[in-house]
Amino acid sequence: MHELAVCQSILAQAAAIAAANNADRVERITLRIGRLAGIEPGLLRTAFPLVAYGTCCEAAILCIETAAIDVECRLCGTTRDVAPNRLLCGSCGTWRVTVRGGDEMRLESLELAPVPAKEFSDV
Amino acid sequence: MCDACGCPNLTGHVHVGGAILHAETSKQIDVMRALLHDNDRQAAHNRVHFDAAGVLVVNLMSSPGAGKTSLLEATIRALRGRLTIAVIEGDLETENDARRIRDAGAKAVQITTGSACHLDAAMVHAALHALALRDLDILFIENVGNLVCPAGFDLGQHKNVVLLSVTEGDDKPEKYPVMFRAANLLGITKTDLTEAVGDFQTLRALRHFRQLANPAPMLELSARNGDGMAAWIGWLIAERGRLRPARTMHAHD
Repeated sequence: MHELAVCQSILAQAAAIAAANNADRVERITLRIGRLAGIEPGLLRTAFPLVAYGTCCEAAILCIETAAIDVECRLCGTTRDVAPNRLLCGSCGTWRVTVRGGDEMRLESLELAPVPAKEFSDV
Repeated sequence: MCDACGCPNLTGHVHVGGAILHAETSKQIDVMRALLHDNDRQAAHNRVHFDAAGVLVVNLMSSPGAGKTSLLEATIRALRGRLTIAVIEGDLETENDARRIRDAGAKAVQITTGSACHLDAAMVHAALHALALRDLDILFIENVGNLVCPAGFDLGQHKNVVLLSVTEGDDKPEKYPVMFRAANLLGITKTDLTEAVGDFQTLRALRHFRQLANPAPMLELSARNGDGMAAWIGWLIAERGRLRPARTMHAHD
């Protein structure tokens, strides 16, 4: 449900960056979303065209990189990729772990369409 | 390499007179910003307001019917004459909860979210205009009843309190890890019903909670019979004190 709000936020940022770079179209939007972020990539892909319709991002490819959950045990130092509801040390089983990654929800990069170079047509 | 200008690419540009014109290529921009960048910025702004006013702000989250409003009513009554409390109420429809808070003796500002499933920092900021923050000790934000969406939106609060009622089952932290991982305090509510429910085990709930690597305290509470209320009030007063030790409670005595 809140994926729609996330899409609106992405769109607003992308539109502002495109405008600042004199681009009238965004070709690709790359996101990085951890499995602990509470955002479902599938729902985001479904919601995106609804929000992007009629904007500079209408034709953009939404590229979602997912990040694994990375916990480090504060007792024995083991690091491991774990499930979102089992943030335990894979070796000694304690919950006294530091979550080093997996809660990312980041707009990584944009690919902007080239600004039509008018000079070229004049050459 | 282009012999004329030293460009690494032979194609993609032309020389016109003395000028080099680069051809149309897509432009990659590294952004590296939070997806909810605007909300985060608004939340930081809210936090500045809260800190300047010296008010402890608690974001209260749970599923619908876990007892958020009942806990607030009991809290307002318990702290009457000691701390000044106000509540921002988030609800899809109705002002029922705001009315209950006012009847209990605290100021309430209602945000009716319509179909929105969570509060965001801008909604909270808009509600702040109806409050004299400097006159408050604690501001509760009663979020929309929902164990999923509200967890993703920073409102500028100092602490997240997540409630889990015994009627919901003790495996909720395992089912909704994002929400319960965000808790700074877990409140097990409606403990007066534990016996009637039969299969709710507090220790099992705590184990599921700890499996999210969350060291936050857990309190067993009943707004109805008062169990655990002293510990809850103690936690609030301690957090309030930690926030701004310079401002003591004597102003309201």
